[in-house]
Amino acid sequence: MNFFLETLVGGLLAGTLYSLVAIGFVLIYKASGVFNFAQGAMLLFAALTFVSLRERGLSFALALVLTVLVMIVGALLIERLVLRPLVNRSQITLFMATLGLSFIIEGLAQGLMGAQVRALDLGIEDVPLFVGDIMVSQFDLVAAGVSGLTVAVLALLFNKTRIGVALRAVADDTRAALSLGINLNRIWQIVWAVAGVVGLVAGLLWGARQGVQFSLSLVVLKALPVLIIGGFTSIGGAIVGGLIVGAAENLAEAYIGPLIGGGITPWFAYFLALIFLYIRPSGLFGDRIIERV
Amino acid sequence: MHATFKRSLAAIGLALGAYAALVPAAQAANEQFFPLATYRVGAYASSGIPVWAGMIDYLRYINEVEGGINGVKLVWQECETEWTAEKGIECYERFKNGLNGAPVAIYAPNGAPAAYALADKAEADRIPLITLGYGRTEATDGRVFPYNFPAMLTFYSEASAFINYVAEREGGLDKLKGKKIATVYHDSAYGRETQGPLALLAQKYGFENIQIAVADPGNEQAGQWRQVRQLKPDWVFLRTWGVSTPVAIKTAARFGYPVERIVGDIWASSNEDVLPAGEAGKGYLALTPYPGGADFDIHQRIRQYILDTGKSDLKDPKSFGSVYYNSGLVNAAIAVEAIRTGQKKFGNRPLNGEEGRWGLEHLDLGDARLKEIGFLGLMQPLKLSCSDHEGGGAAKVQQWDGQQWKLITDWVQADRATLRPLIDAKAAEYAKEKGVTARDCAAQ
Repeated sequence: MNFFLETLVGGLLAGTLYSLVAIGFVLIYKASGVFNFAQGAMLLFAALTFVSLRERGLSFALALVLTVLVMIVGALLIERLVLRPLVNRSQITLFMATLGLSFIIEGLAQGLMGAQVRALDLGIEDVPLFVGDIMVSQFDLVAAGVSGLTVAVLALLFNKTRIGVALRAVADDTRAALSLGINLNRIWQIVWAVAGVVGLVAGLLWGARQGVQFSLSLVVLKALPVLIIGGFTSIGGAIVGGLIVGAAENLAEAYIGPLIGGGITPWFAYFLALIFLYIRPSGLFGDRIIERV
Repeated sequence: MHATFKRSLAAIGLALGAYAALVPAAQAANEQFFPLATYRVGAYASSGIPVWAGMIDYLRYINEVEGGINGVKLVWQECETEWTAEKGIECYERFKNGLNGAPVAIYAPNGAPAAYALADKAEADRIPLITLGYGRTEATDGRVFPYNFPAMLTFYSEASAFINYVAEREGGLDKLKGKKIATVYHDSAYGRETQGPLALLAQKYGFENIQIAVADPGNEQAGQWRQVRQLKPDWVFLRTWGVSTPVAIKTAARFGYPVERIVGDIWASSNEDVLPAGEAGKGYLALTPYPGGADFDIHQRIRQYILDTGKSDLKDPKSFGSVYYNSGLVNAAIAVEAIRTGQKKFGNRPLNGEEGRWGLEHLDLGDARLKEIGFLGLMQPLKLSCSDHEGGGAAKVQQWDGQQWKLITDWVQADRATLRPLIDAKAAEYAKEKGVTARDCAAQ
């Protein structure tokens, strides 16, 4: 029983990190209906910028503030140079644009800051803690706390501010929002900037665990099943989806893995997502699309 | 007048054409081409960049200080593969006929996917592939694979050297009985390659052989290390690659498994593998056929003639003497020495693929020669032959102290005789499947 509980708790905590990555996608999808393929590249760029600034002797706080500024400037540039010229184009066009963008950002990141692997020490020890007989990772606990805090800040931003109301209006009905005078370009700038900052938080947590290197951009592969399960338009869905994926893949690795040769973590989440697609195509909390004929 | 002008133009054109045709040939007449299939971008760029620096620095050293190989200048050109098979093949096709008349004697695919994809092509094109620390283990049998050279340390030998090291630590091979030895491996052809030899060695020595797979990319391994914690193995053989190595080391620490009982394999033994692991990496052990360190004789020479004169390919001087940089040096040195060996038979001129193969199959680098070229201690003695394309079969064990690798053993030799029947069986299976007739090495 202890083994089961430990696996479950470990999976749930790891799931919060998946949620954090997925939230970046949700923000942009809600505002523009685009699956932002460049989210992983943004995450890598943010973490690389932070580590590069730290290597130049900047304090943690200053490096963090400067990286946030870099991500905001990056968001403004993306909106001005990539998104605005493509306004009113089909969603697949915008998706392809983000695909191209991901390669540009990855190339730029490696070109400007180097391809070598960097260590990132956030000062959080990754040592085991015991709650009774159940082992819990201290790092995972802190990461879950940071994820929770990020979600709380986002909830405040989108529920209690004018920007949030405008964003929700755009997400509900873009044309109606435009007719009310909401500046779509400004909304996109804000959303991409926030997604960049969320990418920074996720990049730092993942980077502290695996080092800051190119493969950081691959962590977004974990976000896709999370989004399918939770729904592409719901931050709450991203959180629940992340927890489900984290717990399910941990339990599957422990109980099913040994029966079929192990190594099932990466694909089990997609297997689960497929089942959800059959049962609930818009995810647990996603908006159901009703089209009139 | 008009006709004369036309004739003059034609004559000038012909002369220019002849010059253009002759000059590259004249330039290439005494040049040996070293194709460099590199990956400077993409997921594995951080591992590749120091390797190419080591290779290029050594080739440059041979040109600048020794005037080439017996007067034959070395030329090289890069082709980006991003560590993928398709681009690896593209680069091979571009390079296999040489560069401006300078022939290819030896080709290094620099990546397991490309090495597997090119194995048959190279046999057909008669260009020897050298795959140090990767590639098909059964290609050790040069009778079946005349143009494939998994030189120095195959995955089978690596597994055996690991078991011999564990035995050394436990007090002898007889002490292995009843021990639990887990292999945490990258779930790929590379990762699975040691399952056969470890099963054989487990049967021979009586240890429990536990295999735990980590699927690519391996950036979340809680499930695997929870299993390790539950099974409590005495030793863990870590056969990961890329990001899965630091994640494994950190996750092992998180689950309380002692890092001093984890031995990384050749692809989990670089600075890039341990640096991201931070404090958790202190005490981590790793097997390597080219240890880290910048105090070997060759480093002093390269520092003097290449690094300090600003001619190095290294962008980050901190990587001088890193495991990957040193692997580049060793790779280049083997190719250079094989060509030098070939020149003894074919004359001091550039060699083609067949001649390069002859050079490789007659390569004999003993301690005396290794000392002369500055590689003593950095590289094991290596003797290749028609029937043995691996040679060596030894590795040193190094330990990470948080800042750098410290060598803690001399060469640990693999039990190659025990493993050879497995290799011969796999080679015979390949020969049967492809309809290959094995060469008679006595006639070579």
